[in-house]
Amino acid sequence: MKVALFIPCYVDQLYPQVGLATVRVLEKLGVQAEFPEEQTCCGQPMANSGVAAAAQPLAEKFLDVFHGYDAVVCPSGSCTSMVRNHYAPLVGTRPEYEKVRRGTYELCEFVHDVLGVKALRGRYARKVGLHRSCHGLRELRLGSASERMEARYDKVGALLRGLDGIELVELTRPDECCGFGGTFAVAEEAMSVMMGKDRIADHARAGAEVITGTDVSCLMHMDGLARRQGTKVAFRHVAEVMAEALS
Amino acid sequence: MTPASEAGRTAGAHDDFDRVAGPGGHPERAARFAADAARAHWHDQALWFVRVKRDRAASALADWEELREAASAVKAHTRSRLADYLEEFERNARAKGAVVHFARDAEEHNRIVHAILAERGVTRLVKSKSMLTEECGLNPYLEARGIEVVDTDLGERIVQLAHEPPSHIVLPAIHRKKEEIGDLFHDKLGTPAGLADPKLLTEAARGHLRERFLAAQAGLTGVNFAVAETGGVVVCTNEGNADMGTHLPPLHIACMGVEKLVPRMKDLAIFLRLLARSATGQPVTTYTSHFHGPREGGELHLVVVDNGRSELLADPDHRRALACIRCGACMNTCPVFRRSGGYSYGWTVPGPIGSILASGRDAAAHRSLPFASSLCGSCSDVCPVKIDLHEQLLERRREVANRGLLPWPKRLGMQLLSVVLRVTWLYALAGWLARVALRRLPRSILYAPANVWGRHRELPAPPRESFRAAYRRMKGGADGHGR
Repeated sequence: MKVALFIPCYVDQLYPQVGLATVRVLEKLGVQAEFPEEQTCCGQPMANSGVAAAAQPLAEKFLDVFHGYDAVVCPSGSCTSMVRNHYAPLVGTRPEYEKVRRGTYELCEFVHDVLGVKALRGRYARKVGLHRSCHGLRELRLGSASERMEARYDKVGALLRGLDGIELVELTRPDECCGFGGTFAVAEEAMSVMMGKDRIADHARAGAEVITGTDVSCLMHMDGLARRQGTKVAFRHVAEVMAEALS
Repeated sequence: MTPASEAGRTAGAHDDFDRVAGPGGHPERAARFAADAARAHWHDQALWFVRVKRDRAASALADWEELREAASAVKAHTRSRLADYLEEFERNARAKGAVVHFARDAEEHNRIVHAILAERGVTRLVKSKSMLTEECGLNPYLEARGIEVVDTDLGERIVQLAHEPPSHIVLPAIHRKKEEIGDLFHDKLGTPAGLADPKLLTEAARGHLRERFLAAQAGLTGVNFAVAETGGVVVCTNEGNADMGTHLPPLHIACMGVEKLVPRMKDLAIFLRLLARSATGQPVTTYTSHFHGPREGGELHLVVVDNGRSELLADPDHRRALACIRCGACMNTCPVFRRSGGYSYGWTVPGPIGSILASGRDAAAHRSLPFASSLCGSCSDVCPVKIDLHEQLLERRREVANRGLLPWPKRLGMQLLSVVLRVTWLYALAGWLARVALRRLPRSILYAPANVWGRHRELPAPPRESFRAAYRRMKGGADGHGR
C-alpha cells in the first residue's frame, strides 16, 4: 500500500512536531508514508468563507499531488473532512476524485479502520481530556455524537484507552465545540473566546493534565486561551500522545 | 410578496431588534450579550439543561433515529407535491365547515385576519403561540387598528408586557430571569414588589389571563400540523391556552404556513413523538388539540400563508429547511445561540434554522448570520427532521460571497491566500516569514489591536523549522534552506 502524508498547512508551518509524531506513529505500526512536498493547503479556509473560486485551485492541486497514492493520512479531522465531504462541488467531476475521496483518512481513523488496530500498546501515565473536534466527530463519524441515539463508539478514545496508565477524564459536555471554527475565531471573537474558555474549564474541572484531540486547530485556540489566562494544562495532539506512548 | 409591504415590515422588525440588542450584525450583538459573562453563562446553562432533557427523552425511544428518518421522508414527500396536498386539505377543511383563506404574504395575512375580526366587530382577541404571526407582524398591525391583542402563552405574555419580541421560538422569555419577571409583573400586574417565586408569578399571570380569556371575542392560534386527508389542524401547547382561547369565544382563527401540512393522520404519530421530546424533553406536550371544523355555533377560519415559502421550495439548496417543525432543538444545542441570545440574530426565528431562513429572505440585511456558526454540526444531528443545517449555513456563506456581500478584507484576503497557497515555494516562504515574525517582532507589535486573535489568546510558539524542512533533514535530503 502506497501511503502519503497530508500535513495541514498550519501544522507544517507551526506545529512540525505533530507531523513528525504522525510519521513516528505510522512507522511504529509498520507503515512507511511519503510526504509529497508539492502539497500546501486543502482550501478549507477559503471554502468555509464562501469563496469557492479561491478554494477550487487548491482542491485541484490536492488531487494533482495525491491521486497516485492508495491512502492519504492526515493528522486532522477537519482537513480530512474537507477532502471527503466538501470537495465534490469543487472537483467532483475529475475522474481522480473518487479514489482520493475514498483513500483520504484522518490518522486515528486510518490506524483504527485500515490498519485494524483497536487498542494501542504503550504507556502514557497522565490524566487526559479528549477534545472531540466537531468535524472529526460529526462529519467523519470518528465517534458517536451525543445528539444521536445510536450504539456508542469512539475510535480515538478506543485507541487511547488501550494505553497503560492513561486515565481519560469524564467531561460534563462530552462533545461541545471549542469555538475555533476557522475564521469564526476572529469574525465572532466574543463567541469563540467564551466557547473555548468553557471547554478548558470543563476539562480542568474533570482533572485533565493534558488535553488532546485530532485537530491542532482546536488545540491551538484553547492553548492560546489557557496560556493567556494562566490555566495549567498541556495541549498535545493525539499523534504526539500516541508517539510518546509507543516510544 | 409586495416589495413595499415587505420592506416596511422588515424595517419595523429591525427596529425591534435594534432596540433590544443594539445595532450591528451578529458579532456585535453577540459580543454585547457575552460582555455580561455571568448572564451569558446562565443563559447557556438554562438551554443546555433543555438539551440534556432532550437527550434523555430521545434516548428512551429505541427507534429515535428511524423516527427522524421517517419524519424527514414524510416532509420530503409532502414538499414534492405540496400544491396537491394543499388542495386536498382545503377541500376537506371546507367540507368540515372551516373557511380557508390563502395569503400570499405577511401583508395579505394581516389584512385577512383583520377583516375577519373587523366584520364581526371584534376588539378583544386572545392568541396562543404562533411564530407565523410574529413573522408577519400581526400584533402591531391589529393594535394599530384598535384591536386589543393578548398573547396567552406565559412566555409570550411576558415578552408582550415587556414590549419585546420573543428571543426563542419555544421559550420566548428564556432570556429573562425570574427576578426580572417579578419586577415586570409588579409593574404591569400589580404583584407584590420583589416577588420572584415562579409558582406565584405563574399564578398571578393565570389570574390575569383568565380575565382576558373571559372577555375575549375571538381566539387566534398557530398550527403545528395540518392534516391533508382530514382537513384538520393540530395545536400543541403545555398550558392549554389554545383550548381556553378557542372554547370560550365563538370565533377561532388558525394561522399556518403552507409547510405545516402532513398527508395523513397516521403521519402525526411520527411528528408528535419527535416534537415535544426535541423541544423540551417531554414525551408529549400537555395538550395536543385537534380542530376539525368549527365548534357548534362557532366559526373556524384557517389562514394559509406563503410569505416566501414558495421561493424556498423552489430553491434546491435550501428547500429542506421547509421541513422545520419549529421545535427549537437547534437553538438549544447551538453553542453560539446559547451564548449570544436570540436577539443577536435580529430576526423572528433565531439560531441555525433562523439564520438559513432569514438570509433567504434578505441576504444583504442578514449577511452576518451564516457566519454566526462554528459549523460544529450539532444542529444537524439534533434536528428531528434531519435538516442538514450546518451544510446549509455553509451554502448560505457561498451565496453571501457570490453576491459580493463579504467584507472586502475577507474577500481580498482569501483570494490572496489562495494565490500564495497555489505555489508551493511561495507558501513555504510565507510560512518562514511568519515564523521569523513570530520570533523576532516585539510583543507590542505582535499583539497590536489589529490582531483580533491575540486580544484573548496567545499566538502559537514559533518552531525553528517547518515540518517539511525537518522531514527532509530526517530523510537525509537537502537542509531546506531554513524553511
